[in-house]
Amino acid sequence: MKAATTSETAEREARRNRIRLMQGNEACAEGALAAGCRFFAGYPITPSSEIGEYLALHLPRVGGNFIQMEDEIASMAAIIGASLAGVKSMTATSGPGFSLKQENLGFACIAEIPCVVVNVMRGGPSTGLPTGPSQGDFMQARWGTHGDHPIVVLAPYSVREVFTETIRAFNLSESFRTPVILLMDEVLAHMREKVILPEPAECPAVDRLRPTGPPEAYLPYASDRDVSPLAPFGSGYRFHVTGLYHDETGFPTGSPAKIRQQMERLMGKMERGAGQIQRFELTGAVSGGSDPVDTLVVAYGSTARAAKHAVGEARQSKRSVALFRPVTLWPFPEAAIRQVSGSVRRVVVPEMSLGQLAGEVQKCIPPKAELRRVNRVDGIPIAPEEILDAIVA
Amino acid sequence: MANRIEVRFSGSGGQGIILSGVILAEAAAIYDNKNAVQSQSYGPEARGGASKAEVIISDGDIDYPKATNIDILLALTQVACDKYTPDLKEGGVLIVDSQEVLAIPEGNFRAYSIPIFRLAQEKVGKRIVANIIALGALVGLTGVVSRKALEEAVLSRVPRGTEDLNLTALRAGFEEAERLQRAEA
Repeated sequence: MKAATTSETAEREARRNRIRLMQGNEACAEGALAAGCRFFAGYPITPSSEIGEYLALHLPRVGGNFIQMEDEIASMAAIIGASLAGVKSMTATSGPGFSLKQENLGFACIAEIPCVVVNVMRGGPSTGLPTGPSQGDFMQARWGTHGDHPIVVLAPYSVREVFTETIRAFNLSESFRTPVILLMDEVLAHMREKVILPEPAECPAVDRLRPTGPPEAYLPYASDRDVSPLAPFGSGYRFHVTGLYHDETGFPTGSPAKIRQQMERLMGKMERGAGQIQRFELTGAVSGGSDPVDTLVVAYGSTARAAKHAVGEARQSKRSVALFRPVTLWPFPEAAIRQVSGSVRRVVVPEMSLGQLAGEVQKCIPPKAELRRVNRVDGIPIAPEEILDAIVA
Repeated sequence: MANRIEVRFSGSGGQGIILSGVILAEAAAIYDNKNAVQSQSYGPEARGGASKAEVIISDGDIDYPKATNIDILLALTQVACDKYTPDLKEGGVLIVDSQEVLAIPEGNFRAYSIPIFRLAQEKVGKRIVANIIALGALVGLTGVVSRKALEEAVLSRVPRGTEDLNLTALRAGFEEAERLQRAEA
């Protein structure tokens, strides 16, 4: 029986070690390590700097590498290169740096190179409000780089979710061979919260497919499937990578038929994978249930915490209110919002930007529903009372 | 929202405001086994700008991580005191440094004026431990976390080799709280 007691003690000890007061940025770095990230390149910028700082310390301990690059453009290029060499890679930045990364981000989209880009939003445009929170990059995260392109954007709202969504960001980027943006805000990034980290078995890491057939038959962009295996450079599978439109082999093409085929596959892989990519949380009554929703609140990130508080208070005073919290921002969960908002009278959209999310929500709700915006761009997070006012007034 | 307690530490950059918040939150979350969230706001300056840290402690879930109706306010500058005292709830506790804050605003709260910086200099010989003295006084006066939890949290956060120094500071804070409570009784 002594052995059992020892193992129980060890289990308790292990659990205690998983209870931490952890900062959002730290949880992001821990999530990256748990997902198998072994390369980080970045340039420090408030409010994201702690991610790089933490990884600079911890990556070498697990055999990974950290490089502080000369700027954000080079950082993005470096993680693309590392990923092509077969290493899971990440960079982290904030608005001004995210702007600089856009060109190379587009390259990763069209060349289908898995990587994770963290953008901890701060006030903008330009250098804006470095230490203040914002959600002003909602649209930039989707359309910051030019041209039609697929992208996945995830937005956690708690420190624990930062950890699990960072792992999911890597897993989706590997599964779909696409860059994934982890969109955070200053409140979440700098907030410390009690977390009990999940066991590694609860969040398994997913690795990209690798080719197994003869190297001369390898097609890095095969048109008969959504996602082709990706060979690490140097593994004997020689192929071409370019930002130009390319055919199945990766070499540039000007053939309209081949371009159409590749672009339809590129965009289609996200549409067909939406079910796997999209995650959201619905709190409160559901449309069509015994308690039809009168008012729907849609919010993400740290603003969703204020919204949850407000919805909780409104429901205590017998209001029929629900909160729809998208965790996956892009592809935008249109179908899910359409479904829950079918019979609502009012939709409240609080965001630390001037209507970027509201515009997208507007497209999904019945025309007769009243849309109320709650906006702040002054560096002050939206308080529960402001949302409650919009719900009840 | 059960038993939600809101604490705000305020002063200027370099006073250890944010570290105080982190230590209190760790005391509550890890050593007292409650739920806690700590957040902060600060200016772009490394020193001298306004600094604010907030800790929410609860037995249940904490949705909104910021303080709106404050139970306990520590103010280490007059500016911070004037700015944040209106956010104190009725019957709340205000703790200020007696050298830095000369005018305590009127209001329905308990105010304690403590020579935090002077105690740091006299009892520990280092002004830098003022935030730890303030934490000791705050916990001694309010019992927002247990003294044991606070002690463990301080020891786990401070740089190695400074444990005794910080414990001396913490106890100076506890003693000051006891002195004030005896005077009140």
